Amino acid sequence: MQEKTSSRSGERLYMAFIYLVLALLAISILVPVAWVFMASIKQNSELYGNPWALPAGFYWQNFVEAWNGAKMGSYMLNSVIVTALALVLLLIIALPAAYCLARFKFVGQKLLHTLFMAGLFINVNYIVVPIFLMLRDGDNWLKNLTGTSFLLNNLFVLAVVYAATALPFTIYLLSGYFATLAHDYEEAAYIDGAGYGTTMVRIIFPMAKPSIITIILFNFLSFWNEYIISMTLMSSTSAPRTLPVGLLNLMQAQQSAAQYGTMYAGLVLVMLPTLILYICVQKQLTQGMTVGGLKG
Amino acid sequence: MNKNKGRSRFLVLCLAPATILFFVFMIIPTLNVFRMSLFERGAYSPNETFVGLKNFQMLITDTQFIRSMQNMILLVVIVTIITFGFALVFAAILTREKIKGQNFFRIVFYIPNILSVVVIAGIFSAIYKPENGMLNSIIGLFTTMTDPILWKGETLVIPSLIIAMVWQAIGYYMVMYMASMSAVPESLYESANLDGAGRVTQFFQITIPLIWTNIRTTLTFFIISTINMAFLFVKAMTSGGPNGASDVALNYMYSQKDAGLYGYSMAIGVVIFLFSFALSAIVNKATDREPLEF
Repeated sequence: MQEKTSSRSGERLYMAFIYLVLALLAISILVPVAWVFMASIKQNSELYGNPWALPAGFYWQNFVEAWNGAKMGSYMLNSVIVTALALVLLLIIALPAAYCLARFKFVGQKLLHTLFMAGLFINVNYIVVPIFLMLRDGDNWLKNLTGTSFLLNNLFVLAVVYAATALPFTIYLLSGYFATLAHDYEEAAYIDGAGYGTTMVRIIFPMAKPSIITIILFNFLSFWNEYIISMTLMSSTSAPRTLPVGLLNLMQAQQSAAQYGTMYAGLVLVMLPTLILYICVQKQLTQGMTVGGLKG
Repeated sequence: MNKNKGRSRFLVLCLAPATILFFVFMIIPTLNVFRMSLFERGAYSPNETFVGLKNFQMLITDTQFIRSMQNMILLVVIVTIITFGFALVFAAILTREKIKGQNFFRIVFYIPNILSVVVIAGIFSAIYKPENGMLNSIIGLFTTMTDPILWKGETLVIPSLIIAMVWQAIGYYMVMYMASMSAVPESLYESANLDGAGRVTQFFQITIPLIWTNIRTTLTFFIISTINMAFLFVKAMTSGGPNGASDVALNYMYSQKDAGLYGYSMAIGVVIFLFSFALSAIVNKATDREPLEF
């Protein structure tokens, strides 16, 4: 009897400790994020005072300054264009390739599949310098030939690079799903007289919808948040910048100019779209984890 | 015969775009890293001169390179240990115990993973700011500080980076392990309970062995991604400073590229490539166990 009560109070202590640790971790995530939102509507003078003071009012000027003065508005448009383009390209290219690799037997199929899987180990940032030099050499060659060049400082080329470097992960994920489907689907479609293309687009792709949503979500986040490739391939001062690169420049500029309010408004502008998306789709995102387990 | 022809045409049409893009933007650049490390190249001309292993000889005596490698290894080892330790324990708690608000914690813990590293760098610059930063103002409640703590100063910059990196990675791995842990059948824990096995024993004897295959693959990929994440964090948070105290190998490679030393930069790239392959091979070998079924 004695023992039972002591183990029960020990149990209670254990649970209290667990709640405490979980709450601390949750606070360490929520408070800094909320703090940035709060700081983004503070006047610059307030940002030199007590960091925990509530904002005196809504100082929207920070957002106006970030959107127009720091050009975050046009950077946002660039980011939307690049992300959308890269996602469309990736889907058009990766879906048929993953389908063929998973469902057909042909000469070199194993080799090609192994190559794509090896690509999972190649980190984009390891190869960003050769990609940059390749495009720059291409530009120089074009300039000599035609007088104009378009490979560097080009949103479309950036989207192509994004799509290309996302191929291994996307194909790995999709072909893993396609391989689990029964072959009966295609056989039935062939008997009904459907061609290869029709069968793939009309029968197989609709079944892969959950996997397609997962790859769209993961790749949206990685394209939207990416900054190293974007910074390297869009290095000219007049080049269209993407949002994270613009924010990085803003952060470095604010350190000397001490315009903290604008900087925090810029931070909010970059994270707001991803946060809204996350709130809408957090179920799919955290459930897609079991298939997307290998992404880092 | 006609059907065969149509089949090959279909296959070529489907596979060619992906294969071409993959070769142009991944395979060829990777091979180029290795090739260019043996050459010296002018900053603005495509002319190259073969220099053999000279770039690598210079690396051995470059103290800043050695320092950046040390920092990279330190970050990879510590961040991996802390992240995996915490993620596994928290995931086990959230799946095994009846925690109220389980969903809430899962949603919150995943948030850092959806933020850009640039945003995280901005958030942590507000946390680490010496004068009226969040961290220093909290510490100031308990003690009176004469000088503000310089979280991004030379001595503390590496621990500060580790905290930011763990903060970013922990939720993702936790949510993932929760998914695989919830697949472990409840009956195993019930019979362990009857045998009188406590929580800790159950964690090490049931949970960990049964999701070992998952831990193993994620560990390998985590190490590779941490080499990269360390670069992303350093570039956005400190640019390698102060005085190169937080430089990591990829950041050093990138700064050599900015200086126009392409051959030298790629020699660093080769070292990073070989290092990451060797490390994942070692981890893969060291974590090799007989897979358990449930």
